Amino acid sequence: MRKVYHKIIQIAGNVITVEADNIIYGELAEVTSRRGTSLAQVIRLQGQKVFLQVFAGSRGVSTGDEVRFLGKPMQVSSSEDLLGRVFTGAGDPKDGRPSIKDKLIEIGGPSVNPAKRIIPRRMIRTGIPMIDIFNSLVESQKLPIFSVAGEPYNKLLARIAMQAEVDVIILGGMGLKNDDYLFFRNTLDEQGSLSRSIMFVHTAADPVVECLLVPDMALAVAESYALNHKRVLVLLSDMTNFADAMKEIAITMEQIPSNRGYPGDLYSQLASRYEKAVDFEGAGSITILAVTTMPGDDVTHPIPDNTGYITEGQFYLRRGRIEPFGSLSRLKQLVNDKTRKDHRVIMDTMIRLYADFRETREKQSMGFKMSSWDEKLLKYGLLFEKRMMDLSVNIPLEEGLTLGWKTLAECFDKTETGVKSDIIKEFWPEKQ
Amino acid sequence: MSEKNIGSIVGVNGNMLTVKFETSVTQNEVAYAIMGDIRLKSEVIRVRGQLADLQVYEDTRGLKVGDAVEFTNELLSIELGPGLLAQVYDGLQNPLNKLAEKSGFFLKRGLYMEALDYERLWQFTPSAKIGDRLSAGDKVGSVPEGIFEHLIMLPFGFKGKWEVVSVAPAGSYNITFPVAKVKNEIGEQQTVTMVQKWPVKIPITAYKEKLIPEKPLITQQRIIDTFFPVSKGGTFCTPGPFGAGKTVLQHALSRYAEADVVVVAACGERAGEVVEVLREFPHLEDPKTGRTLMERSVIICNTSSMPVAAREASVYTAITITEYYRQMGLDCVLLADSTSRWAQALREMSGRLEEIPGEEAFPAYLESLIAGFYERAGLVKLNNGKTGSVTIGGAVSPAGGNFEEPVTQATLKVVGAFLGLSRDRANARRFPAIHPLDSWSHYASIVDEELVDFAREILRRGNEVNQMMKVIGEEGTHVDDFQIYMKSEFLDAVYLQQNTFDKVDGATNEERQKHVFGKVVLVLKTKFPFNHKDEARHLFNELRQMFIDWNYTAWNSNGFKEIEGSIDSKVKERSKHA
Repeated sequence: MRKVYHKIIQIAGNVITVEADNIIYGELAEVTSRRGTSLAQVIRLQGQKVFLQVFAGSRGVSTGDEVRFLGKPMQVSSSEDLLGRVFTGAGDPKDGRPSIKDKLIEIGGPSVNPAKRIIPRRMIRTGIPMIDIFNSLVESQKLPIFSVAGEPYNKLLARIAMQAEVDVIILGGMGLKNDDYLFFRNTLDEQGSLSRSIMFVHTAADPVVECLLVPDMALAVAESYALNHKRVLVLLSDMTNFADAMKEIAITMEQIPSNRGYPGDLYSQLASRYEKAVDFEGAGSITILAVTTMPGDDVTHPIPDNTGYITEGQFYLRRGRIEPFGSLSRLKQLVNDKTRKDHRVIMDTMIRLYADFRETREKQSMGFKMSSWDEKLLKYGLLFEKRMMDLSVNIPLEEGLTLGWKTLAECFDKTETGVKSDIIKEFWPEKQ
Repeated sequence: MSEKNIGSIVGVNGNMLTVKFETSVTQNEVAYAIMGDIRLKSEVIRVRGQLADLQVYEDTRGLKVGDAVEFTNELLSIELGPGLLAQVYDGLQNPLNKLAEKSGFFLKRGLYMEALDYERLWQFTPSAKIGDRLSAGDKVGSVPEGIFEHLIMLPFGFKGKWEVVSVAPAGSYNITFPVAKVKNEIGEQQTVTMVQKWPVKIPITAYKEKLIPEKPLITQQRIIDTFFPVSKGGTFCTPGPFGAGKTVLQHALSRYAEADVVVVAACGERAGEVVEVLREFPHLEDPKTGRTLMERSVIICNTSSMPVAAREASVYTAITITEYYRQMGLDCVLLADSTSRWAQALREMSGRLEEIPGEEAFPAYLESLIAGFYERAGLVKLNNGKTGSVTIGGAVSPAGGNFEEPVTQATLKVVGAFLGLSRDRANARRFPAIHPLDSWSHYASIVDEELVDFAREILRRGNEVNQMMKVIGEEGTHVDDFQIYMKSEFLDAVYLQQNTFDKVDGATNEERQKHVFGKVVLVLKTKFPFNHKDEARHLFNELRQMFIDWNYTAWNSNGFKEIEGSIDSKVKERSKHA
C-alpha cells in the first residue's frame, strides 16, 4: 500500500504541490477533494516538493486534501473492445458503459526509428476533388486543416473520415463544443462507422488539463492498432485548444514564455504528436488529419506557424471551400503518377487557369476592359468553383478528371490550355 | 579513475536533472542517470555549489529523487575512424540501422551502440617509419574506404611532437588494433589505433592555417553558382518560411554538390524527409565517381520527435565528422536542416535553467554559439601542405517566415552567402524560390562578374516596371520598359528557375552554366525593335519555350546544338527588323 499524503503546500492554477518521498517523475496520483477524486500527474520534482498537474483542475482542492500516489504512469487500454466507444480526456468512459482495463499501454511512448519507416505510397481517396485531384492525401501523412472559427471544418473532417478507406478511425476532440461532439457521434453512427471508431473527447466544458492528454491517448491507441496491421486514421480537432492548454500550464509553472505567451517547446511538443504519423515497414499505418484554427486568420501565429513546419502540407478552409492556393500536400508526388496518366496534367492546368481567372476577376473589378480571353476565363472560373471546389461535390477521382476535361473543353480551345499535344489527343472530349 | 564519481538526483524538471555531487564535476561532462538497468545519457550544463544541472538526452519519466547519477569525467565525444561513410546516426552517433535490428520499430531509451564496426577488418598500409616525428593529424598509414584513401592519423588530441617507436606492417586489422606506438619528448608512450575519440563541441585544429575560400563549390544549381555562389570552405544559409522549398533545395545540394564528402544533419525536422534520403541515396549514382551517393554521405538524423537535447548535440556530431574528413585533404560539405530547431533546443534548456531570456526568449549566448558553429567551416592548409575544406550550409526556419527574428539575424552576421527563400516565389511555383533581389553572396561567381551585374540590373529594373504596371496598367507602360520587364521574366523563367526533379535540368554543370548564361545575356543585351507589346510578349514566349526545351536537353548532345542553332537564328532575325 502506498502512502497517502495530506499536506498540500501550494495550489497555483491547476498545479498543486505536496511534500513526499520516493516519487517517480511522470507517475500518477489520485487527489481526493470534496468535489470527488481526480487523477493528477507529477510534472516536476524539486527535492521533497512534488508538483502535480490535477486533471480535473484545482478548483475546490483544499490544503488538507488527500493525495495518493499510484506508482504508475498514465496508461490507456489498447484492447479491441475500444472500437465503438467514447472516452473522456482522462480516459474514463463517456458513453455510460463499463471502463476497459486490459492491455494497458503507456501513452506518449518513444519515437519511431527513422530507419524503420518507409516512403509512403498509398493514396487515401476521399471523394473530394480538391483533395483527390489537386492535393492527394497519402497514407501516413500528417496534414492540418488551417481554418478560422465558424468554418465547417468539423464537417469536412467527418466527411473525410466517412469516405476514407481505412480500417479504424480515432477521433481526438480537444475543446470540442458539445454540439460538435454529438455531430461526430451521430454522423459516424448514421454511416455505420461507429463500430470501427474510437473517440477521445474533451469538450469545452471539461477541465483544461484533460485536453492535454487527448492527442497522446488517441495516438497511443492508434500506434498499437497500427502495429497490428491496421490502417488507422486519427482526427484531431482542434489542435489550437491543445496548444492553448499547454500555454496555460506553462504559465502556471512560471516558465519563461517564448512567443506570444507560448512555451519555448511548442514546436517539439506539437512535433512529438504529429510525428506519430507513420507507415510501418511490414505493419499498418497512422494518418493524422488535424484542425488548427488560426487566431485572427493569421498564419504567422505561433500555432499554425509551428504546425506548418512540422506537417506535410496543409489545407486552407476558407468560405466553406478548400483554397486551391496555399493548400498543399507535400506527398502527392508520391502517388499521383500512379493513378491515371492525365492526373498531373489536369492538376497543373486547371490550377494555372484558375489563377489566371483570379487575376482577370481582379482586373474586372478594377474596371479594366475584358478581352475575349478574359471572358473565357470568367466562364471557366465559375465552373471550376462549382464543379471542383464546392464541398458538396462527391465524385471518385477518375470521374473528377473526366469532368475536368469536360470543363476545359466547354471553355477553351485545345491549343489554349498549354497541354502537351499527345495528352490532348488522348483525353480531349470531342464535341457532341 | 578507479573510484566512480556518483551523485544523486534532487530535482527533475522535464529533461533537466538537478544532481547533488560530492567531489567534483566538469562542465559539459557526460553522466548517466541510473534507473534500474537503464542508463540515461546526460550532460552537465551548469554547476552551482554542490549542485549540477544536467540535460538528459532521453525521456526522463520514471526517475526519482535520490536515484544515482554516474559521472564519467569525459566530454561528449564521438568515434572517428574508417567506416563512418554511408552510415546513418542519431544525434549521439548511435547507428540507427543497428538500433532497429536490436529494438525494432521504436527507439528504446538508454540503448546505446558502438558507432563503428569493431569486427570489420581494414587493409592497412603504413606510411610512417620508425623514428619519424609526427604531430597531431599527421599520417601514420591509410586504409581504403570506398573511393577514398582513409588516412589513419596521429590522434588530434596528442600535443607536441611524437616519435614513432613501431609501426604495424601492411595487413588486415580491425579498428582497435594498435597500428603504431609513439612516444613524446618526455618519454610517455601511446599506442595509435584506427579509431580515436573527439569531443564534439571542440573544433579540430590539427592544421597549419586557415586560408581564404576562393574556389567555387559547384552546386549545379544555376541561381546559386552564377548569382549567389558558395566557395569551398565558405558558409551559407537558406532561411525560408514553411513550404518555400528549403528541404527540397537541401536535398538538391546534397545530391549535386561537387564535393568529396557530404554530411547531412537532419536536425529536428520531419522524419519523412530523412526517410526519402535514406531510401533513395543507396540507389542514386554519383556521376563523379560512379558509386552510389550513399558512399560519399554520412547522415545524422535527430528528427523532431526524438529527444530535444540530442538535437543540440546532433549538429556538433555532424560538424565533427565533417572536420575529420577534411583532415584527409578532402572537400567536405555539411548541410544542416534546420539550425532553428537547434536554437529552439537551446531555448528550451535555457528556459528550464531559468536564465534571463534574450529576444524571443532565446538565450543571450545564442549569437556566439551560432557564430562559433559557422566558424568551424573553412579552407585549411594541412600539416602536409595539402588543403581540405569544410563548407557549411544551414537551413533556417524563421517563425512566421520573418527574417527579423534572432536566429536568422545571428546567422546572417556570420555567413558568407544568404540564399533567402521567398513565400511569394514559392506560391508562384518559381523554384528554387531563392529571392534574386534580396539574396547576396560574398564569394566569386563562376561567370564574369560584369555579366552577372548586368543581369541583376535587368532583374531590378524589370521588378520596378512590374510594380509600376500594377498601378498604371499595361496600357500606360512604354514599350521599351515593357521589353525590360519581359527580359527580366525571361531570365527568371529560363535561368533562375530550375526543375530539381528533372534528370537533366536538375543539375547544370559549370561549363554548361557558362555557356547558357552567355546566351541568356546575349538575349538580354539585344535591343529588339518592337512596335507593340504583343509583339514583345510573343517573341519572349517563343524564346522562353526554346530555352526551356534547351535546358531539358542533355549537354552537348545533337539536340542541344540543334536548339542552340535555332535560338541563334531567332535572335538574329528578330533583332534586325520589326
